[in-house]
Amino acid sequence: MNPMTAPVFHEWRDKPLDEALLECRDMVESPDFDTVGRWREAGGMVAGHFQVVFPEEIVHAAGMLPFKVRGAPVEPNLADSHFGSYLCSILKTSLELALRGQVRLDMFVSHPICDAARNLAAIWGRNFDYPCQILYLPQNPNSSGSLDYLQHEYDRMRRIVEEVAGTEITDDDLRNSIKVFNENRRLLRELYEIKRDTPWLIAAEDAYAMLALAGMIPREEHNELLTTLLPEIRQRTTRPEDRIRIVFEGGFCEQPPFDLIRMLGRTSYVVDDDFLIGFRWITDDVPTEGDPLRNLAEAYIERSSYSPVQHDLRKPKEKMLISRINEARAEAAILAAAKMCEPGLEEQVAYTHALDDENIAYFVSEFEENMSSFSQLELQLETFVEHLLFA
Amino acid sequence: MTTEAGPQELVGRGNNEGAAMFRDWFTDLGRVAETGGQCAYVFVMGSTNEILKTFDLPVVFPEINSLQTAVRRVAHEYLEEAEDYGYSPDICGYVKADVAVQLRKGDHPMGRIPGPTITVLTNACNTYIKWAEIWERMYGTPTFTIDVPGTRQAGKLTWRGDRDFEADRHYVEVQLRELIDLCEEVTGRKFDIDRFREVLGYANTMSRCWNRVLELNCARPSLFNAVTDGTIFLGVANGFRGTEEGARYFERLVEEMEHKAEHGIGQTTEEKYRLLFVGVPCYPIFRKFNELFSDWDATFVNSTYLWFASGGTNRGFEYDLDDPLASLAEGMLVSVRDAMDSMFHQSDVLQEMITDFSADGVIYHPIKSCRTVSTGLADGRRHLTEMTGIPSLFIESDMMDRRVISEAQMKNRIDAFFEGLESRRRQELAGATK
Repeated sequence: MNPMTAPVFHEWRDKPLDEALLECRDMVESPDFDTVGRWREAGGMVAGHFQVVFPEEIVHAAGMLPFKVRGAPVEPNLADSHFGSYLCSILKTSLELALRGQVRLDMFVSHPICDAARNLAAIWGRNFDYPCQILYLPQNPNSSGSLDYLQHEYDRMRRIVEEVAGTEITDDDLRNSIKVFNENRRLLRELYEIKRDTPWLIAAEDAYAMLALAGMIPREEHNELLTTLLPEIRQRTTRPEDRIRIVFEGGFCEQPPFDLIRMLGRTSYVVDDDFLIGFRWITDDVPTEGDPLRNLAEAYIERSSYSPVQHDLRKPKEKMLISRINEARAEAAILAAAKMCEPGLEEQVAYTHALDDENIAYFVSEFEENMSSFSQLELQLETFVEHLLFA
Repeated sequence: MTTEAGPQELVGRGNNEGAAMFRDWFTDLGRVAETGGQCAYVFVMGSTNEILKTFDLPVVFPEINSLQTAVRRVAHEYLEEAEDYGYSPDICGYVKADVAVQLRKGDHPMGRIPGPTITVLTNACNTYIKWAEIWERMYGTPTFTIDVPGTRQAGKLTWRGDRDFEADRHYVEVQLRELIDLCEEVTGRKFDIDRFREVLGYANTMSRCWNRVLELNCARPSLFNAVTDGTIFLGVANGFRGTEEGARYFERLVEEMEHKAEHGIGQTTEEKYRLLFVGVPCYPIFRKFNELFSDWDATFVNSTYLWFASGGTNRGFEYDLDDPLASLAEGMLVSVRDAMDSMFHQSDVLQEMITDFSADGVIYHPIKSCRTVSTGLADGRRHLTEMTGIPSLFIESDMMDRRVISEAQMKNRIDAFFEGLESRRRQELAGATK
């Protein structure tokens, strides 16, 4: 099904680790999304899916490239006139990429993660002829009806993707895709183990780049990249430094600028985070026996992470954050939110109150994917870290 | 329509009775707060009053509480208090005003608001979910989300019999049954199916009449102002849904509007321009906002607010009392979906409305507080302009926060809009006489 005979991301291959990681960073930092263009030039089709969670296996099973639409550090010159003022940047820059033709899609899917994003499929649909769909992931996962519902919703999405791709998606196709994605999730768990257990072996921005590539290259290629680079990272002989271990919270949708992550890594060890949490949403292998869509639906509801945009009575966000901090043996948290991100900003209040109760140090901040000056933020963060180190 | 009333008593009756009912409603809530009685916190899009009233639970609409602080010009005090507590200036003003009401133990300009015994919400607005999480943390009382899947793609609606529709309907029905179980647990009362049918019957009357009231405003001159009068009607449609008082009110409102239509009685404003309103009203300067238009002899003849903020009951969906629960599930699905469509896909409906209501222009009023309503309006306006060429005005402000409302700037833009309309009309007239 894969139309590619050559990989879409070849630059990292056959290079020493540091150079390979540099290529990863360059590819992720670039707003050109070359890998998506290469895929299309080879005759492949692309399904863009907006943050946060999407069952990419369905698109993969049809031989299409699932592309995570996550905005980019570009000026929304064309998109600006399609939106009002008080909005986060990721909405505008995501549409900008499509309006510019920088990223060409064959279908677009969003999920009503927030009040702003739930408008996106309608806006996209008024500007492009291809199908622009909303996938309604259950907002009442505590209902006994949610599993049946989600299985059906995934089946509905299968039919849409089949129509776009012009090919049938069999259960076996889905099972094969689940295997590929299980392997990917296992490798990402390994990446995060390294971050947690030996954070001195990998810079925060390198770990981020390796993660983010998942959304812009075929998963088989991503698996190959991780399988090659993770053992090399483990073999590094870098010595640990006396740095604060922190958890970064607030990267579930709009992404902080690369330089901000780099800056965080200079001042501390980022031992866990929620960057692009959709790639790590499912926390365990999805069974490959039985009905594949039901298995995917069950994994979404029963074996999954958390974010401010999913309501689940079993997963109070502040308790989940405290677990994340404790499991990562972190000493502090960065509670960030993208500017104008309502769910993120609302969650900050609950987080700060809960961390106060637990006597866990935190640093509250806002960011925007387009911001380019960090000197003041870096100064504040350094002061925060020094306070913790020398208190 | 059995009321015998003279013309003098009829005209304006809906406004007077609606305002009185609301004062009584707040008084009743104050009584609940004083006595420590039970109540349910709900929202306007999918209140599930049909179930809650079956258990005789008083309902609190925090959205209405919040907008009342703005109408009474004290919203800024509440907003600042919530911001001091930690909430960002960039989040919904309704949420923040309510947080302050809760921090003040229910103290509100209309009386005292009781705390929630149970919270019921839908996903029609994501902020509902985040908002309810605040009460969960504050009170630890049960929260129930009715997840109502909306339209998946513009123009691709499904209906009864379609497998996708049936899957959605089944999901909603399962959740409604679970809500009933929770209400039984919370109230200690058994669900009474006969009482439920009675409540649904009242809700049917209200939906039918609400649909009729909106339709009657096609009349020229229009019968009521969709922004000012309409908000009063809307309050009753939400607060009294599924009650005998609500049903009676709407029957009498239809009577009033039919009388006005029959006798050509319009609004007090001379109707030179007929406008559609898209968005949420500017509550901090509620009357003044309307005057900026009425000064130009313009009237609002319909509004998307009257659709989505009534939870889509403008569709007039009527429940089948022989199969009440399945029918409630279908009605909720169809109506709440319609409410969402009124926000996300409104330009197609507006096209029809421009014709049906002989509209001369469309006023878009996106607000900082509400991204659900506002995010797509600029793009929707572009689309509508391409499709129809109808003149429109895009003014951004807020429904709560007077810090982002500039009356002078607003007036300049509104005046410029009407100057454009006048010029256009003169040109059309000149063209017609050539």
